[in-house]
Amino acid sequence: MSDATIVLIVMTLGTFALKSAGPLVLGDRSLPVRVQQAIGLLPAALLAALTIVSTMGDGREIVVDARLVGLVVAGIALWRRLPFVVVIVVASAATAITRLIS
Amino acid sequence: MDDLDDAVRRRAIHRQAASIIAAVAPFGIVFGAAAATAGLSLLQAIGFSVLVFGGSSQFAAVEILGDGGSVASAAIAGLMLNVRSLAFGVIMAPALFGAWWQRAAMSQLMIDESTAVGAAQSERRWRRYGYLVAGIGVFVVWNLTTILGHVAFADAGDLITDLGLDAAGPAVFLALLWPRLSSRPQRRTAIVGALVALALIPFAPPGVPILAAMLGVVAARFGKPDEQPSDAPLDGSGVLS
Repeated sequence: MSDATIVLIVMTLGTFALKSAGPLVLGDRSLPVRVQQAIGLLPAALLAALTIVSTMGDGREIVVDARLVGLVVAGIALWRRLPFVVVIVVASAATAITRLIS
Repeated sequence: MDDLDDAVRRRAIHRQAASIIAAVAPFGIVFGAAAATAGLSLLQAIGFSVLVFGGSSQFAAVEILGDGGSVASAAIAGLMLNVRSLAFGVIMAPALFGAWWQRAAMSQLMIDESTAVGAAQSERRWRRYGYLVAGIGVFVVWNLTTILGHVAFADAGDLITDLGLDAAGPAVFLALLWPRLSSRPQRRTAIVGALVALALIPFAPPGVPILAAMLGVVAARFGKPDEQPSDAPLDGSGVLS
């Protein structure tokens, strides 16, 4: 079995357990406040880490390349409240143009 | 009169769901292409989109595999990204009533988008309706675009960089993060998470910096005394927006 297939199986089972735990087990009961607070912070930490790693990571190297230009442009687009799709398109376009002229 | 209100309510939900479904489409194409680039077969890519069905987690796992990361780091990073489903489950549980197998089936649709549309409604039946409409819509579009991305961009890694699509992933992550940055604790968490991950890139296998960023932030949260007892519990606002 290939690595990807093993990852797929593990993630399928694990993700389903995480998704269905609330509806199947918890029902209307709620978690302790501290646990809720920690879970509430998880997405911010993870998405920020993923943003940085997918922008500047290349294996075990930190690289600064055209992707960073795309990310900055994406940030400006988000700040200007442009729609999600537009943000993705301008970030990609900025990265492509940076590669063309450099 | 009630019928009229229902129709208005339903149309509003359809509009919300439509815009979020449209927004997912390019990400699906990027995922399909990223899966192809990382060496996954079409069947494996579809397997991720049907069975795991969690955008950022699929993306993370495939990126790590493509970078030569281990099975464990790819699977753990992917699963860690889906830990937030636990919180979504807590929010949506009251609306997802039914027999156990119905609740299980509806749980498979639990992603950021379906939970966001569902939790935005005020009544239980509309929360359920919004969740299901957005969830099913995204599920269909996500899988079709995964196939399109894999087929159209397979063996075309140059095309991905030429079109700057390798910046689409980071832009999507930033866009998902963005609404959370308006809250101070969330913003601080994001900054610390990003710095920890960046600092660890040269020293840890792919995937580990992401895990460390998350675990570090949670550890810091638990290490502190409970200073704000009413700080954004799971009413949906703290987690989703």
